[in-house]
Amino acid sequence: MMMKPLLFLALCAGCLSAQAAVDPAQVRRLAAEDSSDKVAAIHQLTQTADPDAARVLRAMADDKLYLAGGKAVLIDGEQAFDAATGAPAKMPDSPEAVTVNNRIRGELASALAALELFDSDPALRLASARKLQSNVNAGMAPLLARALEKERDAEIRALLTLAHAQASLGSPDPLVRLEAVKALSETTSPTIRSLLQPLTLKANEADDRVRYKAIAAVKRMEQRLGFAENLGRVFSGLSLGSILLLAALGLAITYGVMGVINMAHGELLMVGAYSAYGMQSLFRAVAPDWIDWYLAAAVPVAFCVAALVGVVMERTVIRWLYGRTLETLLATWGLSLVLIQGARVLFGAQNVEVSNPSWMSGGIELLPNLVLPWNRIVIIGFALFVLFLVWVLMNRTRLGMFVRAVTQNRPMAGCVGVPTARIDTLAFALGAGIAGLGGVALSQISNVGPDMGQGYIVDSFMVVVVGGVGQLAGAVWAALGLGIFSKLLEGWAGAVIAKITLLVAIIVFIQKRPQGIFALKGRFVE
Amino acid sequence: MRKPLIIRILTALDRKSWLALGIFLALCLVVVPALHLLVPADSPFHVSTYAITLIGKIMCYALVAVAMDLIWGYGGILSLGHGLFFALGGYAFGMYLMRQIGRDGSYGAELPDFMVFLDWKALPWFWQGSDSFGWAAMLALALPALVAFVFGYFAFRSRIKGVYFSIITQALTYAGMLLFFRNETGFGGNNGFTDFKRILGYSITAPETRLVLFGLTALVLAATLVLARWLVGSRFGRVLAAIRDAESRVMFIGYNPLWYKLTIWTLSAVLCGIAGALYVPQVGIINPSEMSPGNSIEIAIWVAVGGRGTLIGPVIGAFVVNLAKSWFTVSFPEYWLFFLGLLFIVVTLMLPQGLVGLWKKRMAARPAPAAGPLQAEKGVAP
Repeated sequence: MMMKPLLFLALCAGCLSAQAAVDPAQVRRLAAEDSSDKVAAIHQLTQTADPDAARVLRAMADDKLYLAGGKAVLIDGEQAFDAATGAPAKMPDSPEAVTVNNRIRGELASALAALELFDSDPALRLASARKLQSNVNAGMAPLLARALEKERDAEIRALLTLAHAQASLGSPDPLVRLEAVKALSETTSPTIRSLLQPLTLKANEADDRVRYKAIAAVKRMEQRLGFAENLGRVFSGLSLGSILLLAALGLAITYGVMGVINMAHGELLMVGAYSAYGMQSLFRAVAPDWIDWYLAAAVPVAFCVAALVGVVMERTVIRWLYGRTLETLLATWGLSLVLIQGARVLFGAQNVEVSNPSWMSGGIELLPNLVLPWNRIVIIGFALFVLFLVWVLMNRTRLGMFVRAVTQNRPMAGCVGVPTARIDTLAFALGAGIAGLGGVALSQISNVGPDMGQGYIVDSFMVVVVGGVGQLAGAVWAALGLGIFSKLLEGWAGAVIAKITLLVAIIVFIQKRPQGIFALKGRFVE
Repeated sequence: MRKPLIIRILTALDRKSWLALGIFLALCLVVVPALHLLVPADSPFHVSTYAITLIGKIMCYALVAVAMDLIWGYGGILSLGHGLFFALGGYAFGMYLMRQIGRDGSYGAELPDFMVFLDWKALPWFWQGSDSFGWAAMLALALPALVAFVFGYFAFRSRIKGVYFSIITQALTYAGMLLFFRNETGFGGNNGFTDFKRILGYSITAPETRLVLFGLTALVLAATLVLARWLVGSRFGRVLAAIRDAESRVMFIGYNPLWYKLTIWTLSAVLCGIAGALYVPQVGIINPSEMSPGNSIEIAIWVAVGGRGTLIGPVIGAFVVNLAKSWFTVSFPEYWLFFLGLLFIVVTLMLPQGLVGLWKKRMAARPAPAAGPLQAEKGVAP
């Protein structure tokens, strides 16, 4: 009884909107009991390349497709539509939802992407061509070929060609397969490599020409992928090196001026990182709209807080231990324990969460398996910026001149009127402040917790040892060299072996050049 | 005309010091065992198992502290990696203890439990012979000695010293810790060795076994003190002190500091190895955290608290700091790091000569000090 008016309405709506409605029988099959039948129906609907098909499939993906009285209906909130035509329909009494499992969901996603290839909006077509790069099935080959015929945009065409080649790898015709392998061999991506991998075996690919082509393609691709992997390691080495540089610059200055190793230097990094955390919390509470720029505020704050902690350390402890370098080591270790426990008491023993600002998330994709994250790029740039400032300060200002003078010859500098005690305090504050900046950088790529500074003292001291004391250039080369070398080693031999190899290498290195790469020239007495 | 070695060693200590040492040994070998075994548990004079384990453990630490003092106090070389040698000795002896478990492990297999867990079918080559007590004891001595000798040879040959040397030793122990944390290294990874059952066939938890280990530790500590006293008073010890104070001048006179430093460095490592080997059966566990840089640097503070450059100082320091630690970590766990950190700062700033130095100053401030130069260094052992 219900059917006739509904059908009539549907027909009218169909005429009015002048749409080429999809075959209602096909739509009905979407609601089949068996998943395989549903998949077949989805494939059939996809082949029509009809906007209406896209509409139905999208509704199905959104769980809006229902079965009522042997007909497929779309129910959106209070309103019901006929699935095949899109015309408004009366709300059925007891609609039965069409179940969509994960397999169907995957099929729907790629079917929708394929259908969007025929959309009039180029941006949408481009997005769908991108989507199809990773999930394409053999059944789509004719559809893709048709889309390729119609497509004029060069970028979309390139993507479509790849997708088409992927789809036609399963073709029964060896010539088609050969063409597909040829097209794919020009690309570099781990997914396509694993797609071609089966074709290199005789069991999977009977045709010799296709197989040989596939073997060659996989080989070439592996070379390029390996190259990209090593490039990625060099990049992460650079980023580690810039962190090491930020940690070591301050240490090199204080060690150069005062000849003491500040074992609490790593904790000054921690202070800087917690300053960033503090600024983030402050911005969240006071100015949530500006949260993306909390880092800009965190940089000066971290510098000042860490420098202040440094001054207090110098004035209360280190000052009184001149000439007793080994005791200074112990006393500053004590300071580091106090700072760690202080952070635990203030902020809790758990790591706190410091998030990247939105402009620092994401990355630049150079190759499919080589993504350079923005936060690491920003940190490299930041380290260069700090390095430049320190260089200006050391080489172009009066304070820098005094610091260099005290580094080279303390008694003589004192004789000509350099206030050595004040220079010590200022140099220590500077070194501590730079460590604070390092902490801000570190907070963007690793966990912020009370113990975070502990691992850095050995590493940054190694930088100082290798680079030599009192030379910025030495610290820069040593930091970058150690960073890249350790990341490359890590890739080949694992983290622990890399660390141990590096330590042994440094001990051997000191045998040859006890003063580091860049030794200060001059006469020394013990 | 030099007197025989044994006479020289025996005369290294004066009468008062021998008396103190005798009292200490009598306490550890007779009084404590009697109080533990014969006095009923509810009596206030009963010495509990906990106390014996704690004091035995601290005596091992005291041994490490004396070893540290030999190179720091007398050689002027601050090592921040002595935990490595301690742990190596402990691991070497721990291998024997693991093999003594036999088939009583939770998997009931011939192999140690962690190897079964890792699905290993046979003992790795470096575990060969670990079921022999003699071999394990030898390894506990030889392994730290070898590592120390090789490392020390290269470090001292290129005249790495001062802060450089300290940080590199810290890096060394850090690398060791990372290495032992790996399961594939073959020493139980994260968990290390534990759940020991027997030593030389005797149950390791039996009171008698504990007392024997306790007495043995006391004996070794006493013997080390006598040996160290003789060593620092000998010609070798005097050259060593001269190197500490003015290395270049000693070189100009014609000595080669390398061998002096290397000898005391290796000896110190061996002493640490012995301490580690005595520590493991008493405490019942050894894991890579013993090699953490923090542990090694704590050894330096025991020595500094007691007074470096004296031999009784490190023993006092080890006892004071570790008793404070076991009290703090039970009563105020969150303040222990504050206390330890402040201890580092206060001792280096205010007490450069440690408690022994403080006591000496007190004695010197008194009107007629009758004490000779050496007596103050050998007070009553705790």
